[in-house]
Amino acid sequence: MEFGPHLMLAMLEGLVQASVLTLTALGLSLVFGVMRVVNVAHGEFFMLGAVLAWWITSMLGGPAAVGFIAALIVAPLLVGLLAGAADWLILRRIDYDPERTIVATIGLLYIIQQVTLMTYGPDAHPVAPPFNTRLALPWFEWGENGFQMYWPWGLSTTSYKLFVIVAAIVTLIGVWLLMAKTKIGLILRATQLDSEIAQAFGIPVERIYALVFGMGAALAALGAVLVVPIQQAHYLMGADPLLLSFIVVIIGGLGSLRGTVVAAVLIGMSDGIISVFFTPTLAKMLATLLVAMVLVYRPQGLFGAKAA
Amino acid sequence: MVNKALPTRRKILTGMAAVGAATALPDVTRFAHAGSHSAPIKIGFQVHRTGIGAAYGRWYERTTNAAAKVINDAGGINGRPIEIVAEDDGTDPKRGAEVLEKFANQHGCDIAYGTLFSHVVIGSAPRAAELKMPYFVVSEGHHVASGMLNRYTLQPGITDVKSQVQAMAPWVASNLGKKITMIYPDFAFGHNHRDFFSEAIEAQGGEVVAKIAIPPTEASFTKYFPKIPRDTEVIYHVMVGPSVLTFVKELGEFFGPSAPAIFGFVDSLEAVDFATPGLEFLEGTHFWEGMPRYVQPNQTEYDKFYRAAIGIDENGASVDDPKDVSTYAHMFGCWETLFTIKDGMEAAGYKGIEDRTKLIEAVEAITDMPESNEHPQGAKLFNGKTHQVFGPQYISKVEGGKLMVKHTTSLEDGFYPDEVDYTTQSF
Repeated sequence: MEFGPHLMLAMLEGLVQASVLTLTALGLSLVFGVMRVVNVAHGEFFMLGAVLAWWITSMLGGPAAVGFIAALIVAPLLVGLLAGAADWLILRRIDYDPERTIVATIGLLYIIQQVTLMTYGPDAHPVAPPFNTRLALPWFEWGENGFQMYWPWGLSTTSYKLFVIVAAIVTLIGVWLLMAKTKIGLILRATQLDSEIAQAFGIPVERIYALVFGMGAALAALGAVLVVPIQQAHYLMGADPLLLSFIVVIIGGLGSLRGTVVAAVLIGMSDGIISVFFTPTLAKMLATLLVAMVLVYRPQGLFGAKAA
Repeated sequence: MVNKALPTRRKILTGMAAVGAATALPDVTRFAHAGSHSAPIKIGFQVHRTGIGAAYGRWYERTTNAAAKVINDAGGINGRPIEIVAEDDGTDPKRGAEVLEKFANQHGCDIAYGTLFSHVVIGSAPRAAELKMPYFVVSEGHHVASGMLNRYTLQPGITDVKSQVQAMAPWVASNLGKKITMIYPDFAFGHNHRDFFSEAIEAQGGEVVAKIAIPPTEASFTKYFPKIPRDTEVIYHVMVGPSVLTFVKELGEFFGPSAPAIFGFVDSLEAVDFATPGLEFLEGTHFWEGMPRYVQPNQTEYDKFYRAAIGIDENGASVDDPKDVSTYAHMFGCWETLFTIKDGMEAAGYKGIEDRTKLIEAVEAITDMPESNEHPQGAKLFNGKTHQVFGPQYISKVEGGKLMVKHTTSLEDGFYPDEVDYTTQSF
């Protein structure tokens, strides 16, 4: 493939990747920002979103669009409720102690993964996209009549992939509006700034924590429902999103939503582009190297608050 | 006043629990046919219940159980029933070696059998030799016949990749094209395809213009396809792992209406329904099949018997669930291997673990395997020196969403010179 079309394909693939990664990482970042705890089971909530999407669509049957819309609403809701329950039953009782939370969420990771293996099974199952047409993309070349459009061999995307990008942007705007313009967003920001003072003002901090934990998981599940018609639902699919989300949150800055979004786009695009031109392994190596550099030279991340 | 003649509620509940427990016990009467007081012959079945081989493992297990039932119903081996002891190896080489140890040391198995994925075979076979336990693999890897392994490892039930691709190359070169891009999984099995097909197609005057290796754990494939050169005449694809359906769908999406000729190994679609949306572009393309998944107009009575025993319909799916598509091109290897083990044990007069080397020598002496209920895939020839069997290969075309066999290769098409003689090695 010539370089121009090749780059365009790489950027499109990177955008799809970045879209899903943004949603997933945002969930992790929200949890860390407000609750100051690390959720190692975050990838499993992502996987649950995909598995539940398959379950909902196969239970409903009928046209793919109906099942998909139902999955888009119900799966994140169910995952959010499960996460909220996990927070209420487990994390609250260990007082959100950082080390204990890491251990507890590792345990949660294994429980969720193995229960899924025992019920859903070891195979991958597909979910039909609500719509999917191949879109051949044009490229330009300088011909005798000036700029001419032509359709290079293999340069294409699908309507569904474009939908994923749009859906991610819409969700991001929704989350931003929630955080910046609503009362609940105000409460969340207050709890993030100083949870003790927030409690003194009558904010039920523990319930807010359960809500935030649920919201974080629901965002990951939403990302998974969007990506599952492209990939398939498999019980081990949570491992890669977990790793990438952590990379994004560290590079973007713990607790900064803006940093998460910027870093997710950066990592998603570079992963996509390097994977297309070189190999996926090299892409992961470079992403991990970037994390190491950030931790050494700018530990608070790109947009994080500098430690006093 | 309680009437002591009537059973109390506690007694009824206890009785129901006892009946329930008794019905949950394994059916010990099934061995009544096959010699009442003989200890069963224990066959350790190394099965991929989880991991990237899980789809194959599930069907390997069903086929194994069906074959064991047929063998036991007919009187077992030397008057003794066979017992399949299954252990999950997670499609992992390290776990595979541990599972063999369990078979030898904990379960007291006579032999080990059933492994498919080549990296697990390579990781487990040395341990089988250390444990001095015969290890019958159902793997397609060329590793047995290459001499890499040992005298304890045999592959009498399924042909190997070198033989398969050598048989395919002439047909591909004369019917599809001579400039090939190969897409294969990046591990031992895929490397077999890469190395041996390149050799075979070059012998036909063809050329491999690109070799694209993809990790079998990969979930998204579009990023690999831009590496396909523009002048490719034939795309040769073989893929394994949980995401094979995604692989084939994205291949179709990448090319759209202007695809070159496509030749795939049905591994890319084992356990996947051809009627899945997104696979329409495969219509008119060709596939290698180890055994034809869809019932053909010239179906043999042996294929009919085999399908009925396992419970497979005319589309190669489970009779209980038409969506549960089988790994038809590979699982026959389990059936045929078990019957070969039976033949070997009977020829050797196998009595117990002390006869393990006699069993191997008896199997090494096997040559012709005629097409029969025991060998429904086709007539075969076993090479005792290389421990590898040779058989027919099928080339099918997708017509109306089903694979119809267009060409059957002969055994000679797949022969290659011996690379090892295990019979000269000591045990």
